Amino acid sequence: MKPAPFDHVRIDSPEEACDLLAEHGDDARVLAGGQSLMPMLNMRLAKPAVLLDISRCAALDYVRVEDGTLAIGAATTQAAIEWRPALATEVPLLAAALPAVAHFPIRNRGTVCGSLAHADPSAELPLCLAALDGEVVLRSRAGTRRLKAAQFQAGVLATACRADELLVEARFPLRSPDEACAFEEFSLRHGDYAIVAVAAVASPRGIRIAVGGVADRPVVADWPDLDDAALDTALNDLAWSLGARDEGEVSAKMRRHLVRGLGRRVVRRARPTAGGLS
Amino acid sequence: MNAPERATGVGTDPWLGRSPERVEDLTLLAGHGAFLDYLPVRPGTLHAAVLRSPHAHAVLVRVATDRAMSCPGVRAVLTGEDVTRWAQPFVVGVKQPMQHWPLAIDRVRYVGEPVAVVIAEDRARAEDALDAIDVDYDPLPVAVEIADAIAPGAPLLHPEVGSNIVSDRSFRYGDPETAFATAARRVAVTVQYPRNSCTPIECGAVLAEYSPGEGAYDVTSNFMGPFSLHTVMALALKVPATRLRHRCPRDSGGSFGVKQSVFPMVVLMCLAARKAGAPVKWVEDRLEHLTAATSATGRSSTLEAAVDPDGRIRALAYDQFDDVGGYLRAPEPATFYRMHGCLTGAYDIPHLAVRNRVVVTNRTPAGLVRGFGGPQVYFALERLMQRIAVELGLDPLDVYRRNFVPCDAFPFRAAAGALLDSGDYAAALDKALAEGGHDELLRRRDAARAEGRLYGIGFAAIVEPSISNMGYITTVLTAEQRARAGPKNGAIAAATVNVDPLGGVCVTIASAPAGQGHRTVCAQVVADVLGVRPEDVTVNTEFDTHKDAWSVAEGNYSSRFAGAVAGTVHLAATRLRDRLAHIAATSLDCESREVVFAGGRVHARTAPDRSLPFARVASAPHWAPALVPEGVGIGMRETVFWTPESLAAPDAEDHINTSAAYGFAFDLCGVEIDRTTGRVRIDRYVTCHDAGRLLNPALADGQVRGGFAQAVGAALMEEFRYGADGSFLSGTLADYLVPTACEIPDPVIVHLETPSPFTPLGAKGIGEGNSMSTPVCIANAVADALHPVVGTVDIRLPLTPGRVLDLLGIDDPPPSVAPTAPPATPARGTGRTMRMSGSVVVAARPEDVFRTLLDPDALARVIPGCHGLVETAPHRYAADVTIGVSGVKARYRAEIALDDVDAPRGLRLSGRGTSSLGTASGSGTVRLEAVDRGTRVDYDYAVDVGGKVAAVGSRLLDGAARAILAQLFERLGREAAGAVAPSPAPSSWIARILRWLGIGS
Repeated sequence: MKPAPFDHVRIDSPEEACDLLAEHGDDARVLAGGQSLMPMLNMRLAKPAVLLDISRCAALDYVRVEDGTLAIGAATTQAAIEWRPALATEVPLLAAALPAVAHFPIRNRGTVCGSLAHADPSAELPLCLAALDGEVVLRSRAGTRRLKAAQFQAGVLATACRADELLVEARFPLRSPDEACAFEEFSLRHGDYAIVAVAAVASPRGIRIAVGGVADRPVVADWPDLDDAALDTALNDLAWSLGARDEGEVSAKMRRHLVRGLGRRVVRRARPTAGGLS
Repeated sequence: MNAPERATGVGTDPWLGRSPERVEDLTLLAGHGAFLDYLPVRPGTLHAAVLRSPHAHAVLVRVATDRAMSCPGVRAVLTGEDVTRWAQPFVVGVKQPMQHWPLAIDRVRYVGEPVAVVIAEDRARAEDALDAIDVDYDPLPVAVEIADAIAPGAPLLHPEVGSNIVSDRSFRYGDPETAFATAARRVAVTVQYPRNSCTPIECGAVLAEYSPGEGAYDVTSNFMGPFSLHTVMALALKVPATRLRHRCPRDSGGSFGVKQSVFPMVVLMCLAARKAGAPVKWVEDRLEHLTAATSATGRSSTLEAAVDPDGRIRALAYDQFDDVGGYLRAPEPATFYRMHGCLTGAYDIPHLAVRNRVVVTNRTPAGLVRGFGGPQVYFALERLMQRIAVELGLDPLDVYRRNFVPCDAFPFRAAAGALLDSGDYAAALDKALAEGGHDELLRRRDAARAEGRLYGIGFAAIVEPSISNMGYITTVLTAEQRARAGPKNGAIAAATVNVDPLGGVCVTIASAPAGQGHRTVCAQVVADVLGVRPEDVTVNTEFDTHKDAWSVAEGNYSSRFAGAVAGTVHLAATRLRDRLAHIAATSLDCESREVVFAGGRVHARTAPDRSLPFARVASAPHWAPALVPEGVGIGMRETVFWTPESLAAPDAEDHINTSAAYGFAFDLCGVEIDRTTGRVRIDRYVTCHDAGRLLNPALADGQVRGGFAQAVGAALMEEFRYGADGSFLSGTLADYLVPTACEIPDPVIVHLETPSPFTPLGAKGIGEGNSMSTPVCIANAVADALHPVVGTVDIRLPLTPGRVLDLLGIDDPPPSVAPTAPPATPARGTGRTMRMSGSVVVAARPEDVFRTLLDPDALARVIPGCHGLVETAPHRYAADVTIGVSGVKARYRAEIALDDVDAPRGLRLSGRGTSSLGTASGSGTVRLEAVDRGTRVDYDYAVDVGGKVAAVGSRLLDGAARAILAQLFERLGREAAGAVAPSPAPSSWIARILRWLGIGS
């Protein structure tokens, strides 16, 4: 299990990365934490000619509170966010979801932006970005684009990031004072890919619910505050709308069951009356 | 719980029965383990990578190595041609015309079967060249499940045999027919035991060399035995056993039976070294290991009991099928016969009928996995015990007590021949209940059920065999066949103890340990005999077939260490001590029987004050052999071979005492099921063992904990999954789920000690019991938890949340509005076949769409990444397509076919292709219907993906394939409307997904 030959280029600045991406395009892959890419390389599922290593690029390793968002650079690890003392008040949904992202050693190397760029439909961080209506910043020699999660996330391992673009920053909106959230995940073992993950954000404006692990990307629904019966109906309709499929021992029926069950739990916990995470 | 204690000072208390710190650990914890991959190699050593079949069943038409040979760093490629020249097929345990070679010769029979070996200057270059070997396969129909393989007209794996059932033996003991005919009740279960494994951290590893001058092979590998297989390897290599020198490194990173399966790779690497003319090293990677190393034997069995109204069992009848995979690899069909003598378990059941059928399937060959045979038998037997209690309305504990072999009956001859050596099963049950808090579990169950929660209690009682009779496997032969072949029996263990010129003590054993602490226990044994400290005893476990004392039963299996090997060490040490006593008696002026060895000194019993240092007495013969008393002998080295007397060959009526010792375990557990997720939570697990005399309680508990952890995996998570086409779906540890610390509760461990009369130290094996008891104990608890809600259910392992929810039933109300996404279509079969359908409306007439499909040039434009498409026959094309997603790229050789052409209404469009990532095929119907704005194209597809992508990427395949098909038909529409865009930009995500699997190719 050895990777195919590749050139390893350590990047010192985002400009340098964009130059190389412009040059190599699809033949290049960006290496940040490597927690998904390295296994793909070793199993030779991916055979890029060039590996652009941004992991030691200081200019991309930052967390800033900026314009009402938590802005996270492309080289910033998940652990760096997880251990941020203010995270539970800044973006409580991230604080709730990060412990479910694999295990400590993986979060110590894995990056927030790498997970977003990888776009695994079961991953927690893309789900959080969608639930919070966050955005990503894509940079190329041609300029910079900002895309909302819904514009960015395009399917299984698929995003709107072009081959000449580098995802340089993720922006998670800070919690507004009247907002509460909750997160629940079911996986076969602790730290595994989610079979179903559900996030809810509740405020006087209504409930936003996001589901990961079922459709080809996180799916978001916005509802007014519903009574229990209406909530059950809405969750059931949402569960059916995701196109769940049978996969090994996990049936489509089971996924719908989990969406309903976990959905009820997160909405109850996030509703302002219940307190939710704050 | 038995915590290790620090060895301090020299006492007179025996070391056996205590738990000193393991002598192995400091080295291991400091990273100084001597695992094979850490060992130095000779300069010029090359590295091997194995090309493996992506097909479950195919004719091997051609293997072309020219391109691979020209890759940088490649020194040789080994193919079937070389193998047939230098080797011969492995011997098979039944009399059948089946050939199993270390490399596929003309047919592949499972995904992952070796097809060629590249030998290069390093492993990465060897792997680079794998892609450059061109192999033509002609796929054959597959038989994946036992039911497929035994069905009339099933594809035959070994056509010369004429059936996929390669052995069919029936046995009867006592008078089962009368017992069943006169039974008050008959209770039966039909169960399956899944294919699973234990997963060592270190996979297989081989370092091989061929000496043309000697005509001999020299190998170091982490093969663990049984060393009867050394003869299988030597025979395959066509050399006398002395010309296959095999060594085991000091350390092995876990084995659990699994390292038995390294032996075919030993032969393969010997041949690779011969081909390359240099030493060759191969280290198995995780994908190879999970795909193709080995598996526990899958079993399908029906077990029926003739029962009295009070639950007393008069007779049992087993009808069992074993799935051994593509080949009957030695020592199979041992999974059946290891347990044969004790098929009546812990019970006094006089009448027994057995039918064993060995079935070959298109899956990885099966072999030793911790518990070997036991998990399969006890899953049926102990599920039956619970079923008897339920159907007869009895307390399961009463059913156990009424059927146990009574404690005054030992040694007890079981119906099929096992001589159960010692035990007190009822006492063990009582101890487990009392110390495990059975009353508390009953209270918890009552409380949970009162609240509507799902809580259940399960039990299991098992007899744990250890020290296998080397003759048991011949039970598969008829008495006449056995008579012709000559008797086989026994379980020889060997040990050597010697004293060096400074009086140091060394023990040499050939037990090939994999972390159990053999060195620690041997040091304890010898320390007691010679009156020294364990740290004064050096134990060497680096097994070398050229220099060690060994025989066919040697190795690290059948829990034989405590009973056989440690006992033989004791015999050797005692023999050496007796000689030293003669030598010391002269100096001490006493009778030799009066000589006492204690505290590192030697003295006469009557004069403890006048003592000599042990080292002085022990080293004397080296320096002054002339002073050694006559008849004592001068060499201070004793080698003892020991075999249990109770192990005879099978008799004419097929009675066989399959093992020398039989431990006992009684387990109980409480589990709770989460109704929302289906997750089974183990609330408390209690396991009571009687393994005879415990030599080192901490190590015994370590065996129990390790076995329990792996058994929790077998119960709840672990299964090798295969697609309906035989593709392997569990190629990573994210697909093959092994429990972690988060999922394994700490069991309550209880011990009872009734020493074995048949082993030198009274010890029996303990390492495999939980592999046998725990899966079925948890299954019984889950059945009990579900019983109030759904009644009697058939439990199939592993009890994944999905399976539990299926048993429980899911309330799945329809949506209040039609779903916006298309409804999911259920998967066909059980595996990686994906079904998908959809429709697109295109702005073109049906005739135009149809013309596009029939026009090769247009079709080439519709298929993304198509380098070329050539018509090979009417409606038949060969295509060359590079496909990829998110940077994943591979070049597929593809065949495309159009059938059922019904212009302009529809046709069938099929394709299949092969690349370094595996195989992909799709077939489906395309229907065209004129609508307002053009044509509606409806498609309905079945897609199969095999090889590496299926093994490691199965979780994401469905979504990717769905997107690919949708895109394919969008492109078709655009082409037909004359508006097809140029090939999509390489950056387009959908194009990349599209190209990944080669759908449409």
